[in-house]
Amino acid sequence: MDFALSKEQLMIQQMVREFAQNEIEPIVAEYEAEGRFPEEIIKRLGEIGILGMTVPKELGGGGCDTVSYTLAIEEISRACASTGIAVSVNNSLACFPLLTFGTDEQKAEFLTPIANGSSLGAFGLTEPSAGSDAAMQQTVAVKDGDDYVINGIKHFITNATVAEVYIVFAMEDKSKGTRGITTFILKKGDPGFTFGTIEDKLGIRASIQAELVFENCRIPASRMLGQSGKGFKIAMMTLDVGRIGVASQALGIAQASLDRSIQFANEREQFGKPIGRLGAIQEAVANMATDIEAARMLVRYAAWCKDSGKPFSKEAAMAKLFASEMAMASATKAIQIHGGYGYIKDYPVERYFRDAKITEIYEGTSEIQRLVIALNVLSGK
Amino acid sequence: MNIVVLIKQVPDTTDVKIDPRTGTLIREGVPSIINPDDKHALEEGLRIREKFGGTVTVLSMGPPQAEDALMEARAMGADTTVLISDRAFAGSDTLATSYALARSVITTGEWDIVLGGRQAIDGDTAQIGPQTAELLGVPQVTYCIEIDIAEDGRSVTAKRALEDGYEVIETKLPALFTVIKDINQPRYPSIRGIVNVCRDCDVQTWNAKDIGASKKMIGLDGSPTQVARTFAPEPKGDGLILEGPPEQTTKELVKHLRDKNVVRVR
Ligand SMILES: Cc1cc2nc3c(=O)[nH]c(=O)nc-3n(C[C@H](O)[C@H](O)[C@H](O)COP(=O)(O)OP(=O)(O)OC[C@H]3O[C@@H](n4cnc5c(N)ncnc54)[C@H](O)[C@@H]3O)c2cc1C
Ligand SMILES: Cc1cc2nc3c(=O)[nH]c(=O)nc-3n(C[C@H](O)[C@H](O)[C@H](O)COP(=O)(O)OP(=O)(O)OC[C@H]3O[C@@H](n4cnc5c(N)ncnc54)[C@H](O)[C@@H]3O)c2cc1C
Repeated sequence: MDFALSKEQLMIQQMVREFAQNEIEPIVAEYEAEGRFPEEIIKRLGEIGILGMTVPKELGGGGCDTVSYTLAIEEISRACASTGIAVSVNNSLACFPLLTFGTDEQKAEFLTPIANGSSLGAFGLTEPSAGSDAAMQQTVAVKDGDDYVINGIKHFITNATVAEVYIVFAMEDKSKGTRGITTFILKKGDPGFTFGTIEDKLGIRASIQAELVFENCRIPASRMLGQSGKGFKIAMMTLDVGRIGVASQALGIAQASLDRSIQFANEREQFGKPIGRLGAIQEAVANMATDIEAARMLVRYAAWCKDSGKPFSKEAAMAKLFASEMAMASATKAIQIHGGYGYIKDYPVERYFRDAKITEIYEGTSEIQRLVIALNVLSGK
Repeated sequence: MNIVVLIKQVPDTTDVKIDPRTGTLIREGVPSIINPDDKHALEEGLRIREKFGGTVTVLSMGPPQAEDALMEARAMGADTTVLISDRAFAGSDTLATSYALARSVITTGEWDIVLGGRQAIDGDTAQIGPQTAELLGVPQVTYCIEIDIAEDGRSVTAKRALEDGYEVIETKLPALFTVIKDINQPRYPSIRGIVNVCRDCDVQTWNAKDIGASKKMIGLDGSPTQVARTFAPEPKGDGLILEGPPEQTTKELVKHLRDKNVVRVR
């Protein structure tokens, strides 16, 4: 067993850490306050290959492994969780299904531009009445000659409006249940495809979520991704990968909470000494540090399983469940360690607290992760 | 355009500690980086290549672990990197180092331009650039914040930042330039660059023989500098903090300044 990161992984971690600290950290407070999407930062991350990290080089990606990907998302999210999710969605929810299920033509036309940083991708599964119960798709796709006509609404879709490529799920044959769902590749500007409400949120305010609205949206049948009726399977497999990204994002938020807590505990004096010398604060910091390390091991293990070609659905769910709940707890502790300062917007920990919450919700709520884990465990996996 | 960039691996600190017993730098526990100015020199080299085509060759003289700095340079986009390493170089002062670097530049073959940092954050002498240029017998322009090469790929207009103003110099290639941070914003290595470097590790090393160095010119024999003593200067005492209402502290401040002869009040 070897816990050491490889030279390649260390170089990637170091590079992304420097980028995040030098380029993202100084501007994040402003972007979050204004709810402004960090377009320029995303563009620059694209230029250095962060938007299609595990996509092979021939297809425009970086060609690195999933462990390196978790290191990058952690470092980015440590500076800015909004940038973290924009990048994670592009890598895992848009690049991954195109790479895994796309034809060569589809890869050339849709994967390469979102992997090489020319544009962004998004993933549209959730609907107003199909959340955790994703099989309840109301969006319908009807075959018409050589085309498909799509009608329906997706909501809460990350990167909507800024993305060019959308992986969209729709019901083709309701009688077949989950086997009636098919995946399509939509492009911004397709006739009948528009955007609805842009959401106003508690946290990750610099990221964008909006509705995708399809009104008799007509696309050629060549836009079908994978086979007809395989949509649900594609969605679930894609979310397994996505969960490794969200778990890494949670890890980054937790690490930032700890970084700030350590700094504050060493500087803030009460009762004539730094509060870091008080037993209660030491206990909080020790628990945070330990939980973060435990989460990191789960995240890297899930990524390693994927890189090694082993099953990783349960491992990804465990990593996401543990890391997200740990991030929420760490951000809560960070505010407590900061006392009143922690509640004030001059300090970043109140942002970590607001940002951490979403990691327990998207790409499957904690309840759904427990469901996935339980089903695996109970069936002896 | 054949571009040669000189980079040095240095400890990642501006607060270099010296072992009072041995008088040498304490390097333990301090991670190594590419000397900050040198990253800007490399960036400038990459930009020149983007404009004129050609190759960027990066040279670094140092122990085997300096290969890390060269890997980073390759990940940023350098075409070729060479580690100049040999036990025979041990004890080289700046003259012997410059000699070895000049020999290495010549060993690369046809070259048009050599770029380096102004100064290394550890050795701090800023002598390598000028000495190397002298040994190569080419013009040198130091402290550059702009290097503008004309369409013909030969005439260069370079702007130097000096303490009291700027100087604009015209020269012709081949020439050597040292740069300071204001010249550009170095790029980050790309994921693809890092992956390429780590998966095909072609470490090129040249020893004293490879660069045709004369034994008398390198190592202790080639180093006329005699180090009499190395010591850490006494740390400056704490500053004086005056507290109280401004009317009172202002008076005290003026008194201190007058006592120390900083200001004279008629
Ligand atoms: C900021 C943000 C970004 C998002 N980005 C995307 C995106 O890019 N693409 C996309 O497709 N979706 C996205 N979503 C949607 C997100 O994945 C869903 O919100 C999430 O899956 C939960 O669905 P829901 O909101 O409908 O909640 P519901 O499913 O209605 O859940 C309500 C509550 O019931 C619980 N619950 C539901 N079913 C069960 C069960 N079987 N057992 C136990 N408890 C259960 C839930 O855990 C939750 O506590 C995003 C959401 C947000 C807020
Ligand atoms: C008597 C004496 C003995 C020494 N013995 C040793 C020894 O045994 N081992 C040892 O490691 N050092 C030794 N040194 C230090 C060594 O000579 C200097 O570190 C070296 O000459 C560079 O000088 P500098 O750091 O002042 O660089 P500067 O002149 O400040 O650097 C300017 C620029 O020159 C280039 N450059 C500088 N050094 C290198 C390099 N090595 N490779 C490529 N480019 C470079 C870079 O572009 C840099 O930005 C010794 C020095 C003296 C005076």
